[in-house]
Amino acid sequence: MSQLVYLVPMFPLIGFLINGLGRNVLPKPLVGIIGSAALLASFVVSLLIFNEVRTPGFSAVTVNLFDFIHVGKLNVPFAFQVDQLSVLFLLIITGVGFLIHVYSTSYMHDESPSSYARYFAYLNLFVFSMLLLVLGSNYVIMFIGWEGVGLCSYLLIGFWFKNADYNYAARKAFVMNRIGDLAFLIGIFWIFAQFGSVNYADVFSQARPGASAHVLTGITLLLFIGATGKSAQIPLYTWLPDAMAGPTPVSALIHAATMVTAGIYMIARSNVLYSLAPATQGVIAVIGLCTAILAASIAIQQNDIKKVLAYSTVSQLGYMFLGLGVGAYTGAVFHVMTHAFFKALLFLGAGSVIHAMGGEQDIRKMGGLRKFMPVTSITFLIGCLAIAGIFPFAGFFSKDEILSRAYAHNPVLYVIGILGALMTAFYMFRLYSLTFAGKFRGTHDQEHHLHESPAAITIPLIVLAVLSVVGGWVGIPEFMAPNAHVLSKFLEPVFANSHVAAPPGEIAASTEWALTIGSLVLIIGFCTWGYMKFKNFTLAEVKESTGLAKILENKWYVDELYDAIIVKPINWIAGFLNNVVEKLGIDGLVNGVGKLVQYGSRQIRLLQSGQVGIYVLLMVIGIVVLFVLQLFFPNLI
Amino acid sequence: MNVTQILFWLLSALTVFSALVVITRKNPVYSVLWLIITFISISGHYILLNAQFLAVVNVIVYAGAIMVLFLFVIMLMNLNADAEPQKNKWLQFAGVIAGGCLALVIIAALKNVDAKARIAETGSDIGLIENLGKVLFTQYVLPFEISSVLFLSAMVGAVVIGKKN
Amino acid sequence: MPINYYIFLAVILFCIGVVGVLTRRNAIIIFMCIELMLNAVNLLLVAFSKAHHAVAAINAGPAGTTAGTDGQMFVFFIMVVAAAEVSVGLAIIVMMYRNTHSVDVNFLNRLKH
Repeated sequence: MSQLVYLVPMFPLIGFLINGLGRNVLPKPLVGIIGSAALLASFVVSLLIFNEVRTPGFSAVTVNLFDFIHVGKLNVPFAFQVDQLSVLFLLIITGVGFLIHVYSTSYMHDESPSSYARYFAYLNLFVFSMLLLVLGSNYVIMFIGWEGVGLCSYLLIGFWFKNADYNYAARKAFVMNRIGDLAFLIGIFWIFAQFGSVNYADVFSQARPGASAHVLTGITLLLFIGATGKSAQIPLYTWLPDAMAGPTPVSALIHAATMVTAGIYMIARSNVLYSLAPATQGVIAVIGLCTAILAASIAIQQNDIKKVLAYSTVSQLGYMFLGLGVGAYTGAVFHVMTHAFFKALLFLGAGSVIHAMGGEQDIRKMGGLRKFMPVTSITFLIGCLAIAGIFPFAGFFSKDEILSRAYAHNPVLYVIGILGALMTAFYMFRLYSLTFAGKFRGTHDQEHHLHESPAAITIPLIVLAVLSVVGGWVGIPEFMAPNAHVLSKFLEPVFANSHVAAPPGEIAASTEWALTIGSLVLIIGFCTWGYMKFKNFTLAEVKESTGLAKILENKWYVDELYDAIIVKPINWIAGFLNNVVEKLGIDGLVNGVGKLVQYGSRQIRLLQSGQVGIYVLLMVIGIVVLFVLQLFFPNLI
Repeated sequence: MNVTQILFWLLSALTVFSALVVITRKNPVYSVLWLIITFISISGHYILLNAQFLAVVNVIVYAGAIMVLFLFVIMLMNLNADAEPQKNKWLQFAGVIAGGCLALVIIAALKNVDAKARIAETGSDIGLIENLGKVLFTQYVLPFEISSVLFLSAMVGAVVIGKKN
Repeated sequence: MPINYYIFLAVILFCIGVVGVLTRRNAIIIFMCIELMLNAVNLLLVAFSKAHHAVAAINAGPAGTTAGTDGQMFVFFIMVVAAAEVSVGLAIIVMMYRNTHSVDVNFLNRLKH
């Protein structure tokens, strides 16, 4: 079955081609069915492959399709690698992707047929690229997918391209990603220069402890910079909140569940290299933690329902990087999985709310939606509980695993991590409280239109809600139930080498119990605080915020800081080059040559008097010169 | 200094002088007359070089026929010193300088020619009409016949050009 | 007689012809100067012919060689060509005079266009 893995990305590609080429002729229902069916087919194939990979004793399979690049020593096959890690991502991408496609058929219903088809074409192309990214058996194929998802992200953020702001957001995302991509690309070159191959199998088998630690640190740092671009980490995270300009299902699929986890996948895939580069791991842990705290603090003061979720995504990605940094690869991948469930759920819930509110996104103008939209409300609550990390929802297990590993690594990381988790709990329940609790604060018109969303929207919500509840049970920690961590065992072959290189620290079960219960109590406390504080919020309470709140509302002024230290100087240099170097230097040179030739020819033209005498005179002078040259300077010619 | 040498110097002086007069006279008729003198002195050189036939042909064809043709044309046009167009002084100066430079350059280049390649003072009879005739009608008979075609075409050309439209 | 003398004489005659072409505007004078240059070359050819013959005669005796005849034949043909050239050239000058009532070559500045 694993030989048929190429079918998985092929279905979305076919869907993309059909929808993209036939966007002007296909009727809307057919477009939705094609787009969703392609994902369903991929999901079924992925399940079958998963079934095969699940059997004990399965070892990674490489499926060679054709030679992609074969020049000199460089040999890049177009090959897919089927192992536990890629299969897990296949399931997440196609599964969540399918639900979001179904959801989109209803959510995007107001679009014109051709842009409806364009939307599904882009979405299918995205899934194709993402599958390429996780399936590739070498860094080049991964990079192709990496660029493909970046392109689709750009296209979908700017889906409503008639709005200039959205285009700006799309451009910002693209440029930010490019910065990271460049580092990634250099990293790949370096890998090739160092190991003579870009295939995972060759590279990882050559990476040995102690061998050229500086080189490994350099390579891994470059790859990590690539990951910060794609996965929205400090300093390249500012594009993700702006990326909320795209349609909400896009935010759910690309900017929460799948694409932004590409960086985590890449580092988890390269875990062998990272385990040999402890310095890079330290950097990753610190940056992940800082991102988690920073984004969480910003989320507290945001009023746009999608912005809150966006910053929460950045923050959760920070946790995943923290996990990678402390060597908890399984925990990070685990968190990717659970996060895909509950964050997709939250985004889709938010989309349902926005849909009902007729496009309104400001949570201060919502409230009391619980009684109008019961399904959305309940599923959203489950999502909030999951992301806050309440037992026994999915987020609890994955976050707990990362944090306990962080504790084993360094208790300081743990304390700061818990701080971020508390903030998460607070802002999520602030969000829930403002949206669903209390009284409705919008206009009467809006209140009149409030309704529960159709089945195509609620069913994916329910499915994702169920997954958000049970999704964490595949990774029950050792201290609660021995040998219950199914995921860890499943992924063991992938991370075996790095566990040998850097064995995970052990913590006593009693300490773990104490930490878990202590943090759980705190989190529940913050959830309640967040909920109660904003339960009876009224618009009258809105006033100009001051101090820290103002700073948080303005996102720590990071965009302004970037503007001042990067954009402005570059603009200035560009302006200087444009106005001074270009206008005076280059234009002057070019025009000067032209003017010189014009002037010269105007003067020389006078020689062409048409008078034979002068021509003869010049001819004689020419003959004399030729004679002189020929007779007295024979070496010149 | 024997007779040949004296004659050489005399003839050379006459040639150069008359040539200079040719290009400096304003009246074209004088120029033509002095040019005839130049050609005759060149014929004298030919005799010194034992090219008797060429000397005679030169006098007959050049000094005789061609220069008479020139004279006819000048008379026909009634040209005289008053009608003579004058060139710009600077241009004349430049022309003299350029021509002088050309002479200087060529002489400077050729001044080291092997002086031992002397021209024998002895006479030779290759320049006699008998010998030249033999060569002309055996070895060079084809060019000789073709040159008659050339004359014919030149005549036709002159007639066509000179005809009134 | 060193052959240099003839070379120098021919060069001087030739250059006098060149100077004449350069300094005069009368088409007939210019034409005459061209004839002068042709004659300078003729003179040189005859001189070389004689020198060539002299060198050959030292080896084979004066009666035993016809070396140098070629040079004189060349001069002969140059005269032939010159005669043809003069007839056509003078015809052109006559026609030019008929059109412009002048023999000034500066009237012939159509090359400008």
